[in-house]
Amino acid sequence: MPRQAPTARLTVPVTAADHVLGPPAAPVTLVEYGDFECPFCGQAHGVVRALREQLGRQLRFVFRHFPLTTVHPHAQHAAEAAEAAGAEGKFWEMHDVLFEHQDALEDSDLVRYAAALGLDQTRFILELAGHVHAARVRADFLGGVRSGVNGTPTFFINGWRHDGPFDFDTLLEAIEDEIAAVAGRR
Amino acid sequence: MDRTDYTSRAPAAALAAGTKAPDFALNTTPDQAVSVSDFSGRPVVLVFYPADWSPVCGDQLALYNELLPEFHRFNAALMGISVDGVWCHLAYARDRKLKFPLLADFEPKGSVAREYGVYRHREGVTERALFVIDSGGTIRWSYVSPIGVNPGADGILQALEALPAKEKAACPDKHPQPG
Repeated sequence: MPRQAPTARLTVPVTAADHVLGPPAAPVTLVEYGDFECPFCGQAHGVVRALREQLGRQLRFVFRHFPLTTVHPHAQHAAEAAEAAGAEGKFWEMHDVLFEHQDALEDSDLVRYAAALGLDQTRFILELAGHVHAARVRADFLGGVRSGVNGTPTFFINGWRHDGPFDFDTLLEAIEDEIAAVAGRR
Repeated sequence: MDRTDYTSRAPAAALAAGTKAPDFALNTTPDQAVSVSDFSGRPVVLVFYPADWSPVCGDQLALYNELLPEFHRFNAALMGISVDGVWCHLAYARDRKLKFPLLADFEPKGSVAREYGVYRHREGVTERALFVIDSGGTIRWSYVSPIGVNPGADGILQALEALPAKEKAACPDKHPQPG
């Protein structure tokens, strides 16, 4: 695929502040900008899981928030809930629960999921009500905008925006091409 | 069939940076018109899009709606323009909870889009085009996206950042209180 615009490059590098799955030494890092209420992100969730199973230690996965709150009224709170869970070391557990229950993202649902994950409920409710993690979510969103994220889900493969479809086969091929390219440069 | 050549005075391509932005008065509601000159003293972001309700437009405008606080930090006014009529715009804006005006380039159809060089004669809709106009009414940045591609907002934000600092200052008070 032609790499055209300077806008198609990830402008915010992956750091320790990110939510990361997979080894730092993996040849490919896949960054997703996603929205927990977006049905396409729900589809992509299963694709990413399958890619991680297929590629093992060759893939590092990063999730960043990109809630479009005017079309997805529950997306902002869901993102903050994931961060609140992350503050107790359970970001990915909450991330999975949210994507598996996209039709039940009311605040009462979020609290229920927190309880099921064994989170400190009082702390979770206080953080959600106080929007403690709103700034983090907004920072993810704005960083995405500056990287040319224009909707969800948007993927970056080693920092290049993936503009094709995000089905398993297409993403796998794009990632394997990048693995080969990285191997060639080493 | 109407064979009037509306194109004779229209630019062949989108007006480029450095061009004076053509002024216009377009309705945003049945009884309210908006023009670029209304925003004299503030940068203006003009977003031409092909049609209300089409999927890419929805994503694009939803993104800009989300970014209104950023545009306001630059003291910029954001406006959408398409050839849809005011009632269509009102229904669409309400459905999508858009908090910025949508202007109806409806009659004569596409006349403002033609002046900006972003009318698609074959389809009778506007291009998916972005213009950043400075507070003096000069176009500082323009971009035409492939019609099916959401151009995002990074180009707009970069163009606003590139404006001189005075552009981005708080809106001057045009009606100071006496004394």
